[in-house]
Amino acid sequence: MIRFKANKILQTAEGAMPLAISFELERGKLLSIYGNSGAGKTTILRILAGLTTAENVSIEVDNEVWDDSKKNIHLAIKKRSIGFLFQDYALFPNLTVKENLEYALPKGDGKKIINELLELMELQQLQNTKPQNLSGGQQQRIALARAIVRKPKILLLDEPLSAVDDDMRFKLQEYILKAHQQYQLTTILISHHLPEIFRLADKVIVIDKGKIIKEGSPTDVFSEQKISSKFKVTGEIIDIKKSDIVYIVSVLSANNIIKVIATEDEVRNFKVGQKVLIASKAFNPLIQVIS
Amino acid sequence: MIDLQPFWLSFKLAIITSVLLFAIAVPLAYWIVYSKYRYKAVIEAIISLPLILPPSVLGFYLLVAFSPENSFGMFLDKYFDLRLVFTFEGLVIASVIYSLPFMINPILSGFKNLSPSLQEASFTLGKSKFTTLTKIMLPNIRASLLTGIIMTFAHTIGEFGVVLMVGGSIPTKTKVVSIAIYDEVESMNYHNANIYALILFAFAFTILLTVHIINNNSKTRLY
Repeated sequence: MIRFKANKILQTAEGAMPLAISFELERGKLLSIYGNSGAGKTTILRILAGLTTAENVSIEVDNEVWDDSKKNIHLAIKKRSIGFLFQDYALFPNLTVKENLEYALPKGDGKKIINELLELMELQQLQNTKPQNLSGGQQQRIALARAIVRKPKILLLDEPLSAVDDDMRFKLQEYILKAHQQYQLTTILISHHLPEIFRLADKVIVIDKGKIIKEGSPTDVFSEQKISSKFKVTGEIIDIKKSDIVYIVSVLSANNIIKVIATEDEVRNFKVGQKVLIASKAFNPLIQVIS
Repeated sequence: MIDLQPFWLSFKLAIITSVLLFAIAVPLAYWIVYSKYRYKAVIEAIISLPLILPPSVLGFYLLVAFSPENSFGMFLDKYFDLRLVFTFEGLVIASVIYSLPFMINPILSGFKNLSPSLQEASFTLGKSKFTTLTKIMLPNIRASLLTGIIMTFAHTIGEFGVVLMVGGSIPTKTKVVSIAIYDEVESMNYHNANIYALILFAFAFTILLTVHIINNNSKTRLY
């Protein structure tokens, strides 16, 4: 169980902004933090990791106090059981892929986990290469593997999937899920991408200007009306086209494009880039085995 | 026959100075870049002073400070039996002070150009500051370290003013090659002066060429 509470004044482009966040997260769950850039998402992860100090902090992880400003407790970064995936990956250029992983291994621990992770992230072929010669997606997998070598209590992912294309994003989500489940991690993921949050997160908090404005399961948080339905997915409008007297709205959901018919009146409220919920009450889906 | 002793003395001085300065400059540069000390700009200015001051000014003050007539020199003489005026030890200390900016500036810029997330990543992987410095940061600023060492070495070889003020020109003790050239010219011995000068000229060019090759290739070759 993570109990997090922190206050800090952030200096932003629009002046000082107070950050006041508190949340709890059960062990083994995946929490996603969603919000505009500059809302203070990265700062939350940094405070949790001990990389940034804050006023009025109290952080407790599995009944171990990491921060308590009232009692003047501030556990050193290296003593916190965390894995941090940085936005720029922060791979060590002087070490090979395997050495990057080995560096993270605590003294006396067996090397079994290194090989296990190289295999899980499909990095065996690359293990003797220096990371700067590899693609963004490969570097990301290395950084993810390296963050897990210590088997940390908490895995912190700072918008790891923002810089890769959709195919790669989908694959990396798989890797994150696999690692999260296999090593029973408690994971906090910063994400801008709704389909990703729906796919990965058990819980989501939405942050705006340093405050939590919504929290709950992804469906609760992002579905405006509570439609009682048999089937619903969320996605993003990528195209609106006129066809005879109706309009066809294309919605990207995960990796699928769903085409929905809409009337002229409905289309007036839609625009490309909007996040939408597609729901259907009475229909009969077919299931086919594909693999 | 040309006397090679001044060359040997210059090299010995340059090697000792480079080693000492490396040991001093790495922690000092680390402190300057990462500490939150308010007045560190003052420290940086003091370190860079030898770049601006005429060597004779620095040499003069060192001479005065080291003199056994004054309290600091007297203290060294009395408690450590150490004389720094007109001795090789004095030259070493003067060189260390005089060449400090040449060693520390490349290291400073090396640290400053290093992505802060490398250090933070190492901390989050449970490593101490010392391990992070030796295993991650220093190997990744190798080119800067090498530049600092080479520049210090070369600059010490080329030192004249400070060495003359503090060391004078005592053969086998303080008569380094730059002083030897001056002595030969003073005694109208242009042939010898020319040989010394040519060797130094070639040496300086080689050193600078090496530095530029290292800097140009640092991304591809040194990692």
